[in-house]
Amino acid sequence: MIEADALVSAASPARSGGPAESRLWARLRHRRSAQLGAGILLAILLAAVLGPLASRYGYDQLDWHHIAIPPFSGEHWLGTDRLGRDLAVRMLYGARLSLAIGLTATCVSVVIGVAWGAAAGFAGGRTDAVMMRIVDGLNSLPYLLLVIALTTLFGRGNPYVLFAGIGAVGWITMARIVRGQALSLARRTFIEAAVASGASAPRIVARHIVPNLAGPVIIYAALTVPQMILFESFLSFLGLGIQEPLASLGSLIRDGAAQMGSAPWLLAGPASLLALLLLGLNLLGDALRDALDPRG
Amino acid sequence: MIAYALRRAAAVVPILFLIVTASFFAIRLAPGGPFEAPQALPPAVRANMEAVYGLDRPLAAQYVNYLGGLLHGRLGPSLSVRDVQVSELIAQGLPVSATLGLASLLVALLAGIPLGIAAALRRGRAVDHLATGVAVLALALPGFVVGPALALGFGVHLHWFAAGGWELDARHLVLPVATLALPTIAYVARLTRGSLLEVLRADYIRTARAKGLRERQVILRHALRPALLPVVSFLGPVVAAVLTGSLVVESVFGLPGTGRYLVEGAIDRDYPLVMGMVILYGALTLGANLAADLLHGWLDPRVRHD
Repeated sequence: MIEADALVSAASPARSGGPAESRLWARLRHRRSAQLGAGILLAILLAAVLGPLASRYGYDQLDWHHIAIPPFSGEHWLGTDRLGRDLAVRMLYGARLSLAIGLTATCVSVVIGVAWGAAAGFAGGRTDAVMMRIVDGLNSLPYLLLVIALTTLFGRGNPYVLFAGIGAVGWITMARIVRGQALSLARRTFIEAAVASGASAPRIVARHIVPNLAGPVIIYAALTVPQMILFESFLSFLGLGIQEPLASLGSLIRDGAAQMGSAPWLLAGPASLLALLLLGLNLLGDALRDALDPRG
Repeated sequence: MIAYALRRAAAVVPILFLIVTASFFAIRLAPGGPFEAPQALPPAVRANMEAVYGLDRPLAAQYVNYLGGLLHGRLGPSLSVRDVQVSELIAQGLPVSATLGLASLLVALLAGIPLGIAAALRRGRAVDHLATGVAVLALALPGFVVGPALALGFGVHLHWFAAGGWELDARHLVLPVATLALPTIAYVARLTRGSLLEVLRADYIRTARAKGLRERQVILRHALRPALLPVVSFLGPVVAAVLTGSLVVESVFGLPGTGRYLVEGAIDRDYPLVMGMVILYGALTLGANLAADLLHGWLDPRVRHD
């Protein structure tokens, strides 16, 4: 049994992926868009992690002597809001929260999507048809709107509901991609060998199908992160996400938009940071996709 | 084709029924109620109100009652806006939302498809880089960033357009439509570019060129139709995206559309209003998917026989 598995593993393309991986890295490294994306992302990450430590102000610290002052005037770098809170610090905390939510929600959607898609694709037949019917059904709904309605009903500002709601959005496309891959993998000879050697279905899925799905899953996960960040900001903008005194980029943009006539910097700062963050993530995700799949 | 159309249309009904059923019970599972805090009433009054709206009856009975009303086209009374039917609220807001949505959809297709074609035909040249750049930027600039920025720049400072409010003229329409259309333009352009590049590699395109057709004819007569198929089949998700986007755009520009009722209704626990919105948006999305399917079947006969 163990021997047979080793044989199958050797035949499985994922295990002989060494040179392919370094080729991928080489392709990625020389792409200007990948460099740009990685640079933007690294800068934002460093600032978000280290910036608040270096600042004298907290994200909820009021400064009654400097209410709503514009940027570059005195001690507050990017100005303050109507409560005298330092905008730069709030933006960095916001970026931190947005990144954390984006990554967590992506993990949630990857886990659900891969499990669902791999199971459907490998099972095939009627199970596959039913599971994919469900996915198609959800996909043909105004799914985002339903999630918005449910998030509102079940706990505005409750972070756990928020995580679950956002994670529940991303898994559908992931499940479809994974299922398509699994379906074509299931017909390959090394799977047949595993079946012939008596490996159980869960074992085949876990050991042979899932590792071979890594490429498309990584690409789509990379492209999911900005979508999740966007969705969280969207919910926060509608007042359904992160609540005061915490800040996410979306809730800062909401506050800024409400006062854009009198204090335009409150909109300009967070909006630029969000755009930059999404740009970096999208550039990197696109470059990754191009490097792994030159056809697309 | 007619049999195909009927088959697809018939499949919509059970899905809509499932949406209605699932959301009816999901909404009721949520804590709180329409007459509880913050607009708390004395218990006797509350009991009375609940009796008036039938909320004191068993949930199953309410569900049957609601379905019966639906079959007669009744969405029920709003619980948060007194003495107004949900259908009246929708009738007031829908013209605004529909105008906004349709205009954005049209702009997105009319701008996105040519942009995608241009980028594919001049691959690697300036137009391509421009189109790709616009697409990447548009994906990084969500409506709630673009909307306020446009309102601030062109509305508050330059006074070219209105920064908000609703009238049926260019002054009030341009900014919201642009905000809503921008991500869709990027999406459509990307899709068109990718699929046209794919089609241009096909054998029959080489044949068309080999027999001496002019490039213009090769593109317009032979390549474009199959290249637009993916765009057509993405029409459903695009409509769903426009519906979702209109929530933000209506809130940014203060438009009296239907978008706000979804969130406001959910906050107020206005059950019939939330149900009405779910049904409205569900029917619109399913309708768009159906239209996309039919269009796809008409353009590509192979689809009809699966």
